[in-house]
This record gives sequence, C-alpha cells and structure tokens, in this order.
Amino acid sequence: MSLAQHLPALQVVLPLISAPLAVLLRHGGVAFLLVTAGAWAAFAAAVALWLQVDLLPAGGVLTYHIGNWAPPWGIEYRVDRLTSFVLVLVSGTAALVLTYGHASIEREIARASHYLYYAMFALCLAGLLGITITGDAFNVFVFLEISSLATYVLIALGRDRRALTASYRYLILGTIGATFFVIGVGFLYLLTGTLNIADMGARLRDVENPRAVLAALAFLTVGISLKLALFPLHQWLPNAYTHAPSTVTAFLAATATKVSVYVLIRFYFGVFGESLVFQRLPLPEIMLGLSLLALFAANLIAVFQDNLKRMFAYSSVGQIGYITLGLSFDSVHGLTASIVHLFNHGVAKAAIFLLIGGLVLGIGRPGAPPPVPTFKHLAGLARRMPLTCLGIVLAGLSLIGVPGTGGFISKWYLVLAAMEQRQYWLVGAILLSSLLAVAYVWRFVEAAYFRPVPGDGGVVREAPLVMLIPAWILVAASIWFGLDTSLTVGSALDAAQSLLRSGT
Amino acid sequence: MQGSFSHFGYLITILVMVSGLYIVMAQGNLIKKLIGLSIFQTSVYLLFIVPGKLLGATAPILSPHHALYSNPLPHVLILTAIVVGVATLALGLALVVRVREAYGSIEEDEITALENQAAGPEIHA
Repeated sequence: MSLAQHLPALQVVLPLISAPLAVLLRHGGVAFLLVTAGAWAAFAAAVALWLQVDLLPAGGVLTYHIGNWAPPWGIEYRVDRLTSFVLVLVSGTAALVLTYGHASIEREIARASHYLYYAMFALCLAGLLGITITGDAFNVFVFLEISSLATYVLIALGRDRRALTASYRYLILGTIGATFFVIGVGFLYLLTGTLNIADMGARLRDVENPRAVLAALAFLTVGISLKLALFPLHQWLPNAYTHAPSTVTAFLAATATKVSVYVLIRFYFGVFGESLVFQRLPLPEIMLGLSLLALFAANLIAVFQDNLKRMFAYSSVGQIGYITLGLSFDSVHGLTASIVHLFNHGVAKAAIFLLIGGLVLGIGRPGAPPPVPTFKHLAGLARRMPLTCLGIVLAGLSLIGVPGTGGFISKWYLVLAAMEQRQYWLVGAILLSSLLAVAYVWRFVEAAYFRPVPGDGGVVREAPLVMLIPAWILVAASIWFGLDTSLTVGSALDAAQSLLRSGT
Repeated sequence: MQGSFSHFGYLITILVMVSGLYIVMAQGNLIKKLIGLSIFQTSVYLLFIVPGKLLGATAPILSPHHALYSNPLPHVLILTAIVVGVATLALGLALVVRVREAYGSIEEDEITALENQAAGPEIHA
C-alpha cells in the first residue's frame, strides 16, 4: 500500500482535514499556514493524479474504492482525463488565491473571523474537489452542499451589509438548485436502482419509461443550471460576486461555476448518453438560445456597470454562455471548446479579480473600510499602479479573445464547431458578442490610461508583491495557454472524444 | 386492489414539493421563505423513502421469521439529506439574524428599498 494508490482520497481529505483544525486552533496566522499548505498539497495530489492518468491508455480511468467496498455498492472515486483537468484547475487556483490572500484578508475581513474564513475556504475547496472526483451521484449532492454552505458563509464575510442579502439570496436559490438536483438523482435511482454514475448510464439504456427519464433530465438540468448561473438563472451571481471579499470572488469565479459545468457534462454525456439528451428533447436548441441570450444580454449589461467587480461579474455570466454554447453543438469540437473555455476563462477571471483585490487595497485608506472599486477611482490609475492595470488589461484581452491569448483558442474551437454544422450566422454572433467584451475592457483602459489623475487622488500605492506575483502567474498562464495549446486543447480533445464515445 | 392508493405516497410528495416551492417564491418575509425551503426539502425525503417501503416488509435485520425486507439505502441517504437540510436552515436563520441587525427588517421589500436608497459606494454596515 503506497501513498500513490491513495491519491484520489488524499485529494479531498487533505483540504477537508485542514478545516476543523483551523477552527480548533482559533488563530488567523496558523490557520492561514495550515489551509494554504493543505491547498498546495491538494494541488500536488492533482498534478500527481494527472501524471498517473497520463500513464494509462487513452480514455483510461483510475478508480478508487472508498473503504474497499466494491462499486456499485460502495462509493467509487473515478479519475479520467477530464476529472484531473478540472482538479488541477480548482486546486491550483485555490493554492494561488490563498497564497495571495493574506494581505487582502487583513483589510477586508475583521481579524476575529480570520480563522473562520480559512476554515470555510478549506471546506469549499474540499467540496469542489469532491464533486469533481466522486463517481457517486448522491455523493455529488453531499459535496455540492458542503461547498455551497461554505460559499454562503464566505460571501457573507464581505464588509458591506449588502453582502448579507446577497448571501441569503444565493442560499435560497442555491438550495433550490441543489434540491432539484437531488430530485433528479432520486428519479434516476428509482429507475435504475444504482447511484454509481457509470453504472447508472449503463442501466439507463434498458429503462423503458422515457417519461420518467425526461423528468429526471429536466430536474437535473434546471438544478445544475442554477448553480452554474446559466442565463436567466444567474440572478444570484452579480450581487454575490460584487459584495464578497476579493479573494472569495476570485476563487468562486474561477472554480464554482466551472465545477457545475463539469457536473452537467458528466450527467449529459456519462448518464443520459447523447441519444436521449440530444434527440428526444429540443435541449440543444434551448441551450443555444439561452447561451446566445447570455452572450448578448449579460455582456451588454456589463458594459454599463459602474462598479468594477459587478462589471466583471456580468462578464462571467456572458462567458458562461460560450461554455454552454459549446455543449449545445454536441460535437467533439464543441465539447472541446467548452472544456478549454472552462479552463481559460477560469484562469483569466481569477487573475482579474485578484488584481482588483490589489486595486481595492491600493486605493483604500488605512483604517477605513475597503472602498468599492468604481470607475471614479480608476482615473489615471495606470500611472500609479502600472502592474495591476497592465495585468487586468492583458487578462481582459483573453476575455475578448484576442489572438495570442487563451480566450482566442476557445473561441476558435467554437467557430470551428459552428462551421462544421454549417451555422455560419453563429460565427457572426460569436464575433459580435466579442465586440461587447472589447467595449467593457476598453472602458477600463480609457479610464485607467487616458484620464488625468484627479487632484485629490490621495495616496495610492502599487499592490504588494505577495499579491502581484500569484495574480501575474495567472495572467501569464492566460497568455501562455493561448500560445502553447498542447496541454489544454490536447487534453480537452482527448476528454471530449472519450465522453462522446461512451455516450453512443 | 392497490389501484387508486398505490400512488398515494407520490401524490403527497408532489403536494409537499409544490407547496414548499410556492411559499419560497410567494413570501416576502425572510423567515417564511426559509420555512418554505424546509418544506420543499422535506418532499425530497418522501420521494426517496416512499418507494423504499414495501407492504408487509420489515427492517433489514436478518431473521428466520421474515422473508421480505425494505431497502435500507434510501433511509441512509435521507439521513444525510436531513443533516444537510438542518445545516442549511441553521445557516439561513443565522443570516436572517445578521440581516435584521444590519437593516432593522426581515421583509424583503423593505430591505430592497433600503438597498436602493443606500446604493452609494460610501455606505458600509
């Protein structure tokens, strides 16, 4: 029994254990060290799992039986290419955000609740990793609720009182979403008598009652769509992202909605199989319509926001539209675009929100509550916080999809998928919606680079290095993955091919 | 013989489910919303447990007197779901306490009015 065999369990257990320890020790600094170490250990485990999956033949799956109970009775952890891809994204972002967060948390959260912040962060991370790695449908629900409950607390830690109402509204909608999800799982369990996702997919083929399967599909789709903020079920997202502490926003924007997309992909392609999902219901058309609405409505709303965090929150809703648009094509290239964009958008958005966190720190006065970053604060800021502003612009280029950035690669595959299906008007729609992204990124550039510094600007310092370095690692990653796509596109193509094969 | 009563459990489940969801959406009081949410979650407990119960079956404890056992798995699952429901309710109530401290109200329309009034960037609780 070597350690390497137990990596799938350690992946979840390490951050999970750091949470109660952080609460027991009741000390902010110790909790910081403990939880950050847990997150880096989880990242190391994710990378090691990635290497283990690499050794398997194409489409291979690593399985781990919890407590040595054989599936389908016991809970099984399954790691394939897509799983390890998402695990690396989630644990890597968490490790960077935690390393970055200490200075920002000092300002944005009352000192007495620091250790609780770290405990909740660790729980949220453990929940998200658990959702990703588990092969058991009910286990997904339990981890979903662990991460969601932790998320509600994290959002409520924001200094503004509107953080409380944002958290309450997210709690109501998130719980409805999770309950819809578990109702869908209940239907599937009644139909197949199993909770193991892989087993469920195999048994569902012999089920003769399509109506019950469709009901399960409908409940699951609505439930997960609430969690991934598919337009128009995104109502909870802008307020939650705007009023949560900066580090929380960065972490959630990069991971929470992405993991929900992953769950959707798992159930669509792993359980229902493409035959049912994409042929008996006009689901692709519905997905396509909602995605286009997200692209145009959410991006348009983003252009008119005054609050910087709210602007990029609406931009997130729009970018999720690209991911679901890729799903609606039901082709290898479409699915590849979804998976690649899930990664590229996560990296770029995390970078932007981390840099905004530095910006909040820079423009704030010591002792005063952290300011709300609006365009008023941005005037001429590029001269005083050059690295922060340049980073936001570079990551913004990835949101637009400028060639040479990660965003371009995902849009390239979206366009390829649209061309394959001869839907040329969609190519136009994708390009047109990118122009909206140009508009809101340009608003930032205009304010930060071309407006004069106001006379009463006060003292503005560049963010400290401990915050700039993790943020710039993410900025560099969003450029790097636009130039060298062997990692992202290679594994996404791999994952897409094996997902579509298992569905037929 | 079971005919008209065989779906009784499901009918109750759906009734509880829909009324819970309706309360969440229709009520403006934050506490009443949470009550609705709890009722909605309770319907899921029924959804899992009702099909697990067989007429004339006993608890799954091996005994020479019984041949028919109920499926224990749904009960175990719902035990977990109940814990999740309790945690959600507790967190929701804690948030409502904090909301009342910050806004002095637990009515949604009054809170929204206060939020719109105080939308300026300088307002902090």
